[in-house]
Amino acid sequence: MAEKTIGRDIAPPDLVAKVTGRAKYAEDFRAEGMVFAKLLASPMPHARVRSIDTSEALAMDGVFGVLTADEVPQPGAPNEPALTNEPLYEGEAILAVAAIDETTAADAIEKIRMDLEPLPFVLDPLDSLRPDGPNARLDGNTRIGREVQTIKWSEEDFAAAADGHMPVGQPGDEWSYGDVDAAFDAADLVLDETIVHQSLTHHPLESRSCMAYWQNGKLFIHGSTQSTARTRAAIARGLGLELHDVVLIAEYCGGGFGSKISGSTIMQVPALLSRKIGRPVMLRITRAEETYLGRARPGFQAKAKIGYRADGRVVAMELFIVQDNGPYGRSGDFRTAADMASLTYQVPAMRFGGVSVYTNTPPKSAQRAPGGGQITSMLEPIMDKAARELGIDRVALRHINVPDNDGVFGPRRRGLTSAYVREALDRGVELFGWEERAARSGQRHGSMVTGIGIGVSSFVGGSSGFDGLLMIREDGKLYVHQGIGNLGTHSIADTARAAADVLGMPWDRVEIVWGDTSRHLPWSAVQAGSQTTHAHTRANHAAAMDAKRKLQEIAAGDLGGSPGDYETGDGRVYRRNDRDTGMTFARAARRATQLGGKYSGEELPEDINAMTVTSAQALAGEGLMGVAKDTYPHEGSTFSFVVGFAEVEVDFETGHVVVKDYTAVTDCGTVLHPRSLAAQLYGGGVQGMGMARSQRWVFDPQWGVSFAKRLYTARPPGILDVPLEMKWAAVGIPDPQTPVGAKGIGEPPLGAGAAAITSAIADALGGRCLCRTPLTADMILAAVEGREQPYGPLETHV
Amino acid sequence: MAVIRDMMPAFELFRPVSVDDALQLMARHGEAAWALAGGLDTFDWLKDRIKRPEAVIDLGAISEMRGITADRGGLTIGAMTTLTEVATSPEVVESFSLLSMAAFHVATPQIRNQGTIGGNVAQDTRCWYYRGGWPCYRAGGNICYAAAPKAMNREHCILGAKRCVAVNPSDTAPALIALDAQMVIRSAGGERVVAAEDFFMSPAVDITRMTVLEPDELLTEIRIPETWSRARFYFEKVRDRQSWDFSLVTVASAMRMSGGRVQDARIVVNGVAPRPVRVTEAESVLIGSPANESIGLAAGEAAIRRAKPLRHNDFKRPLMRNLIRRAIRGQEA
Repeated sequence: MAEKTIGRDIAPPDLVAKVTGRAKYAEDFRAEGMVFAKLLASPMPHARVRSIDTSEALAMDGVFGVLTADEVPQPGAPNEPALTNEPLYEGEAILAVAAIDETTAADAIEKIRMDLEPLPFVLDPLDSLRPDGPNARLDGNTRIGREVQTIKWSEEDFAAAADGHMPVGQPGDEWSYGDVDAAFDAADLVLDETIVHQSLTHHPLESRSCMAYWQNGKLFIHGSTQSTARTRAAIARGLGLELHDVVLIAEYCGGGFGSKISGSTIMQVPALLSRKIGRPVMLRITRAEETYLGRARPGFQAKAKIGYRADGRVVAMELFIVQDNGPYGRSGDFRTAADMASLTYQVPAMRFGGVSVYTNTPPKSAQRAPGGGQITSMLEPIMDKAARELGIDRVALRHINVPDNDGVFGPRRRGLTSAYVREALDRGVELFGWEERAARSGQRHGSMVTGIGIGVSSFVGGSSGFDGLLMIREDGKLYVHQGIGNLGTHSIADTARAAADVLGMPWDRVEIVWGDTSRHLPWSAVQAGSQTTHAHTRANHAAAMDAKRKLQEIAAGDLGGSPGDYETGDGRVYRRNDRDTGMTFARAARRATQLGGKYSGEELPEDINAMTVTSAQALAGEGLMGVAKDTYPHEGSTFSFVVGFAEVEVDFETGHVVVKDYTAVTDCGTVLHPRSLAAQLYGGGVQGMGMARSQRWVFDPQWGVSFAKRLYTARPPGILDVPLEMKWAAVGIPDPQTPVGAKGIGEPPLGAGAAAITSAIADALGGRCLCRTPLTADMILAAVEGREQPYGPLETHV
Repeated sequence: MAVIRDMMPAFELFRPVSVDDALQLMARHGEAAWALAGGLDTFDWLKDRIKRPEAVIDLGAISEMRGITADRGGLTIGAMTTLTEVATSPEVVESFSLLSMAAFHVATPQIRNQGTIGGNVAQDTRCWYYRGGWPCYRAGGNICYAAAPKAMNREHCILGAKRCVAVNPSDTAPALIALDAQMVIRSAGGERVVAAEDFFMSPAVDITRMTVLEPDELLTEIRIPETWSRARFYFEKVRDRQSWDFSLVTVASAMRMSGGRVQDARIVVNGVAPRPVRVTEAESVLIGSPANESIGLAAGEAAIRRAKPLRHNDFKRPLMRNLIRRAIRGQEA
């Protein structure tokens, strides 16, 4: 029997191609007759195109055509078109030009005469809520249900908030549970804080470049995306095409962080331009364009009022969040934030209110732990403040509040599949050396003051109900077809381990089929929301169990006995009590082809998705097929947890923060791949540290245009900004609601990293929570020196 | 006409192999010429299509502009010497470690391999209004956007503003001023030598230039005299990230001690004014006194007395004060 693959360090199969540069990303592809496109971007945050004259551009040698907003689908408000005649943020694409090369295309853009009518704009959501404040959109400033509407607060609402405190007015969304007011009345301590979390761009290293061409009415598209099956569906839906008329090739993705969940709207541009001019079109997105088109995390301005019992137990919470929604759609971050707060601290009585306000800033989308990342990094220092005021240990305060398997959350008080946060806390206390380090909190050596931080982060960790599809072919190998994307997390390979282990298949005889929708992929989850590990270990487990049953039946049919007498392993199906009686998978695959029916995929289960059916029909007759929908029980919501611990030194003479040490401990169920898990814990942690400390997004409030549009001004963290060595551990207790026991882990590390830093900085400042991100040297120095903060308490985009 | 950024347009490229050839090309193309050193400043300008030179003169093939040579106790450094070479040169490290520290604090290893010391001192400001193509004073217009009431000016100046509030971003410039370096400037018409302290342009004199270099001139080499060899040096750059970041405030200082007192000192800060500033107020407090915390604090306070913050950069006052204080008392607090 082959060694189990789950729990071992096995390099993913695409590793060599990536490190040698052999891997082709979207912009590396070329096609016969290919031309290049460039975009004309809006210079204004909100405007209406009065007229466009492209005649001089079109007259240039080497220019092949122009695509305007009139030639792309215009989805109903408030959804985003690929090109627009009413740009709602600076940098939004108005038209595209195709030319023989990018130099010509850019020169052609400069020959376009465009008359823009400036329209009112707003950057700060609170400005839009003021009685006479501008709206980002002509049709309103928020979405309620499916409708764009307008919410304005009264002057009294704004005046009622104490100076610098978060005002509260009419919410667009609200819920509550428990007797919140009574719980606050009974509380021993009530903290009421104003928090500001920045918006910030995703900055994947690979921008959302895309190349497209058409053959016989079929669209071939090379893009950068987190998901495969679901991106093809999004492209087909967006362009009004049949699914089978779209071939998506996206084998590698240079990062997405939630900004490329199902590709990008801008992918429509090369597709439609190509159809218009009859040539393949490559649209390479520059770094500056990526900061506009590449999505951003919604910022929050919020009030957090929290009631505590003397022992540190949270007894009541009121959260009111104004969310910077950008100009399109509706981000769910603010609602998720409230759910995560309810979950992490098992709040017995809670009231949530919030408004997601349209602004003329680049569009928002999920960004690694959307909502969770923001609220975790903001609430953890407040928890520290409570511990300080109540005179209890900060870990003890978390211990008493965090969920266990009986945890519930949110207004519907939903239950969990599993939660081993206390175990993670205990392990972290030991690994980090909490006792010893906490004793150093606030100690000063020269100008350096030590701060110790802790961040408990919860985030969703899995969905279910998707399809698995695999083939055992006549070469005796196992081919696992993956409709998920190759986001860079290794889950494209790691989730296939579930199938390998069910069948006892040695890993070197497992082939992953991925990244190209012409290769017959099953219907899959979007590679987002930390769903994949959970959803697709389940789906692949289900498909492998189906294959195993078929192998057992074939063996019993040919060799006697009943199917239950047979086991699989090492590429054979054999009799349990007589290993010599059996057959190789190669032979079983030949027999399956001969037998036909369900064995070779001629007959398919009735509950699988139509896309899986099409793929399975194409593969039918080529060997033994395992195909199934994941119908394993899944009661309650699946969450993963990370507890982060940080030690920082704050230089009281410069405001500079050095992160000395970071330790992350997770409860993500069974560990599939230790090295890859470490990469998520560290990578997500570092991304969170950057969000808390240096990365930013800055706009000029007078003109509504952005400044942090290059990596050097946006300042994501570099290797010198993080500890040289970090530590991690996993609780490793399997989730009981999923056959492999593994939960997703892409997102919760971010909140832990961010919160450990905001908590540690507040600790070094003697418990003073600045309650905003990013916490830059200027703010810290102003706090230390007792000077006025460089920005107003509610000021955003700084 | 519509605007497009982040896409370099075509231009004519020259690669002269001697300074004389380069100077002839500069003279021939006049205002349309652009001298290219490491390209770290240049390429951003070109990609954003804001500066549109017709002739780019790449100095990278001129071997006489590269290298470090010892010269009567001092050093001569070719302007095209890379920042990595400056940071790691044994001669620089042994005698003028202030300069190697400054060069080492530039950006990243990759940028230091590509960037040159000449380019580092002659680079343009990073004011994001100006770099964004806004028609400000420095760009030949008649307004400073960064000093407007609502402007985002955290990284702008607190000293020496004259209509323009941009700061000089160079890390090596303050070190060269502290070392009393001499800048050798050549044109087709001949050579002139300017003290590093006088090399940087005040907007009060010419708001569109960062240095005294005329369009037909090249900075060819930098001479460091023996004067401050192996003096007591201090360099510190405070920045938001520890790599690939310009400074918020930088201090570079050189001191000679005698009998426990400061005999002579040069203290220079950058990131606070349109040009690197020698803080004579601090020097005069310091000279003749012991280099300790209380003198450091007094010198720091004296240095910021004239500072006038903008809306968002008040923090540069305590930061500048504290860096001068640290320079005087030395590394250990």
